[in-house]
Amino acid sequence: MAQKAIREYDGKALFAKHWEKYFSGFHYGFKSVLVTSGEELLKKAEEHGFEWLKQEPLVAKPDMLFGKRGKNDLVLFKVNKPGDVTLEDAAKWIDEKSSHPVTLLSGQSGMLTHFIVEPFTPHSQDQEYYISATCVDEDDVLYMSAEGGMEVEENWDKVVEVRIPIDMDDADMEREIKANVPADIPEKNKAGFASFAVQFFKFYRDLNFAYLEINPIVMLDDNEMAILDLVARLDDTAGFMMKEAWGDIEYPTPFGMEDQTPEEKAIAEADAKSGASLKLTILNPKGRIWTMVAGGGASVVYADTIADFAEATGGSIADLANYGEYSGGPTTGETKFYAETVLDLMTRYPDDKGRDKVLIIGGAIANFTDVAKTFTGIIQAFEEYADKMKEHNTRIYVRRGGPNYEKGLKDIKEAADRLGLYIEVYGPETHVTDIVRMALEK
Amino acid sequence: MERLFDKNTQAIFWNNNKTAIQRMLDYDYVIKRETPSVAAIVAPTSSNKFEKFFWGGDEIMVPVFRNTADAKAACPNADVLLNFASFRTAYDVTMEALEIGGFRVMMITAEGIPERLARKMNNAARKAGVTVIGPATVGAIAPGAFKIANIGGTIENIINSKLHRTGSCGLVTRSGGLFNELSNIISINADGIAEGVAIGGDRFVGSTFIDNMLRMEKNPDVKYMVLLGEVGGREEYKIIEAVKDGRITKPIVAWCIGTIAKHFSSGVQFGHAGASANADEETAVAKNQAMKEAGIYVPDSFNDLPAKINEVYTKLKNEGIITEIEEPEINTIPKVRRPKQFVCTISDDRGEEATYAGFPISSVATPDTGKSIGDVISLLWFKKVYPKWATDFIETVIKTVADHGPAVSGAHNAKVTARAGKSVVEALVTGLLTIGPRFGGAIDGAAQYFKYAHDNDMTPAEFLNYMKKQGIPIPGIGHRIKSLKNPDKRVEGLKKYAKEFFPSTTLLDYALTVEQLTTSKKENLILNVDGTIGILMVDMWRALGYTEEEIDEFIASGTLNSFFIVGRSIGFIGHILDEKRLAMPMYRHPMDDILYNVEKAEEIK
Repeated sequence: MAQKAIREYDGKALFAKHWEKYFSGFHYGFKSVLVTSGEELLKKAEEHGFEWLKQEPLVAKPDMLFGKRGKNDLVLFKVNKPGDVTLEDAAKWIDEKSSHPVTLLSGQSGMLTHFIVEPFTPHSQDQEYYISATCVDEDDVLYMSAEGGMEVEENWDKVVEVRIPIDMDDADMEREIKANVPADIPEKNKAGFASFAVQFFKFYRDLNFAYLEINPIVMLDDNEMAILDLVARLDDTAGFMMKEAWGDIEYPTPFGMEDQTPEEKAIAEADAKSGASLKLTILNPKGRIWTMVAGGGASVVYADTIADFAEATGGSIADLANYGEYSGGPTTGETKFYAETVLDLMTRYPDDKGRDKVLIIGGAIANFTDVAKTFTGIIQAFEEYADKMKEHNTRIYVRRGGPNYEKGLKDIKEAADRLGLYIEVYGPETHVTDIVRMALEK
Repeated sequence: MERLFDKNTQAIFWNNNKTAIQRMLDYDYVIKRETPSVAAIVAPTSSNKFEKFFWGGDEIMVPVFRNTADAKAACPNADVLLNFASFRTAYDVTMEALEIGGFRVMMITAEGIPERLARKMNNAARKAGVTVIGPATVGAIAPGAFKIANIGGTIENIINSKLHRTGSCGLVTRSGGLFNELSNIISINADGIAEGVAIGGDRFVGSTFIDNMLRMEKNPDVKYMVLLGEVGGREEYKIIEAVKDGRITKPIVAWCIGTIAKHFSSGVQFGHAGASANADEETAVAKNQAMKEAGIYVPDSFNDLPAKINEVYTKLKNEGIITEIEEPEINTIPKVRRPKQFVCTISDDRGEEATYAGFPISSVATPDTGKSIGDVISLLWFKKVYPKWATDFIETVIKTVADHGPAVSGAHNAKVTARAGKSVVEALVTGLLTIGPRFGGAIDGAAQYFKYAHDNDMTPAEFLNYMKKQGIPIPGIGHRIKSLKNPDKRVEGLKKYAKEFFPSTTLLDYALTVEQLTTSKKENLILNVDGTIGILMVDMWRALGYTEEEIDEFIASGTLNSFFIVGRSIGFIGHILDEKRLAMPMYRHPMDDILYNVEKAEEIK
């Protein structure tokens, strides 16, 4: 996936790193810390350069890629009245919030593990604005509003959109943005906001952000800017060009999504090392139907068809245990590792209704992947897991075409027969997903 | 542009991807194309000038260039660029090709080009009127005409899926793997495809479904279309609009994959980078529903797609819109093929009569043809038919260098060997072996150094100074006895001929200004016969239209020396035959002609 979300803290750190180059007329203090516990926060306050943690009133909130933290009551900015939060208050609050699972209004739930702590910035409503940029269709779009803050979505009609085609030159872009600065931004800040907006757009563009939003951006006196809240996603395909500009940036797993299982991690690591593509997502570890599908497009149609037939044959979507694919000519060794991982997962739990396990070894007609070679890897995994597969009454359905497919199909059939495994094998004359029907209607 | 490709379409293949190129040429051979679909290869780090590929059981050579500009200049008719550069360089390769111009279609295979660069590239191509297929694609095919790289898979699969001849379906997909599958489905349930494009899996692709389907609407071979969409994006709605406003009138069978996504709230990425639903209307279920409502043929599930295709095909066939296709004859690729060990590009003895560069020997041999040994040399050495002034010059050179008496080292060697009782060929090679930097080599050297000085705009004084620094006497300058006052008649003849018949003599003119300076220092430092020949050869090639690089290559490969070798062989053989005729005895050098200076060897302990 090309777009990857980064933490608010990391987004602000990127602003700070490039501030002089893009926003030299403005000032930004970058007083933020990212901590995982109250204790860590207290320790941080003892470090040189972080004295402000003890000296200023603070704001604390989770930094885990989800929004609407205000509405979820997950922003600490007051104990009795706004701006009275001390270091100790913040530390206590963080420990409390991270001690139990939290469920958001959106329904996502999980543990809070990362918090951003910053100084409380007193300001008035008319200093608080909204600015963001992203790509819509083929154009970049800059959004600006004089109404920043939590209610921006409710006031979306007040947001000004500026479309910036990819081939627009800088002079036109600047003119376009300056001409469209929201009318309700106070006169004294208008010129300043306009030039900030232009620079904001260049920063978004040059650093290959896919999405960048500051809400609110606060314009204080003397060109002092405060970035109160920030959401950012990077186009990670640009990573090879942005090594310097981005530094060593982290892409956290979104809140509420469990961390990857060890098996998913192992496949992801094998994928990163290989020129081929290896992908695995476990949907339900106790599911009955397991897939080992070659090709990205084919893996989708198999998942679609399994969902259709699982429901039509008295089962449910919960029967589908995994989603994934292998493609791009993996070696025999890589395919073996992938197959072992899937077979191992498949033979861990019996089906709770006592039904057979179904293994779908599917794939379209390959363009260049050698079918016999990849099947050799699968056969080697069969040899290791045959007994366990039999314990789980596994039925195997194979459908594949492409270079050397006749040999691949013959080999896998012979191996399964030799090992006493139930198998049905089909080639290109059978519709690609028809084995799903055969497997589930039986 | 009605059709994406036809049977004459040729491509420049960026990156020497031998397997993919061979698959294209195998396809060409099977469908009986007259020209290979790959006209040239661009390989920036290759030092090869060509790459061999099979053409059926035979082999052909495809030229290799270091950059796109050279490839395009050499193959101006190749208007398709197959950009197989990595995601790091694919953008630069495309932008450079757009700059060079003359490309109609560009296919980009790399997956994961930075999105901003992909957008810039697609935008620039669109403005230039270039159809981009990809990025992140396996390509496109016009069955029976032109196939990009690996699309369609193996040649067996291509024939099984009827991708070797024009069918009646226009096929568009995102996925490359499913493209093959759909081709197979369409061949089983209908009569194959007329044109097919896998548009690519990245978020930003150059030509989208609508671009390709509007073209297919105009393509008379396409009678109906099959669209395989994906969850995410709004591209399918553009098709719906085109159907509604009548820009597309041909029947469409369509299905969007990714209906599974409705079961999972978020987090799981089903399919390609371009496939992620940001709104309800971007889900596969919603798009399938909307397409159905617009009158597009939409099956109930992917599993029912074959039946739906068959239904539309049968209907069009019953209506007489689709007619029965006569299966064309095809070539078969031999099971066993062996790469050739040797390549020959100058002559051919396989036909009725052996040829020199395509000309039967009889057409250049006998006097009535008016052809000379110069013509034969121009054919066999340069694969060109030189004009008469040039072949006459070559002949003049051969005649001029044929002999220079018995005392020169080569002739002496040949004579000594002949007197030792050895054969003509043995004696001849001992003579030839002396030809090199000191004997005869001045032709090469003169051409090389005078050309270098002239190319770099050196004045005669600067040139002399340069040679002095190099520590080399100027090749082609100086004679044992001849001087300006007592000129070498051979040189006079060559100069006179060149002045009269050469279109221009720039290097000779330059050399004569150098000679003025050298003879002002010493009388016998004249431009000698070797120098004159070397310099006039450069002038000849320049006048014949060769580039400076090509001439430098002639010099570097020893072509100039070859004239001397051929010419002087005549003289050497004369000396050898002379020895045989005179039955001269074994030669022993007189001892009093040798300075003996032998000290007793010191022992090293």
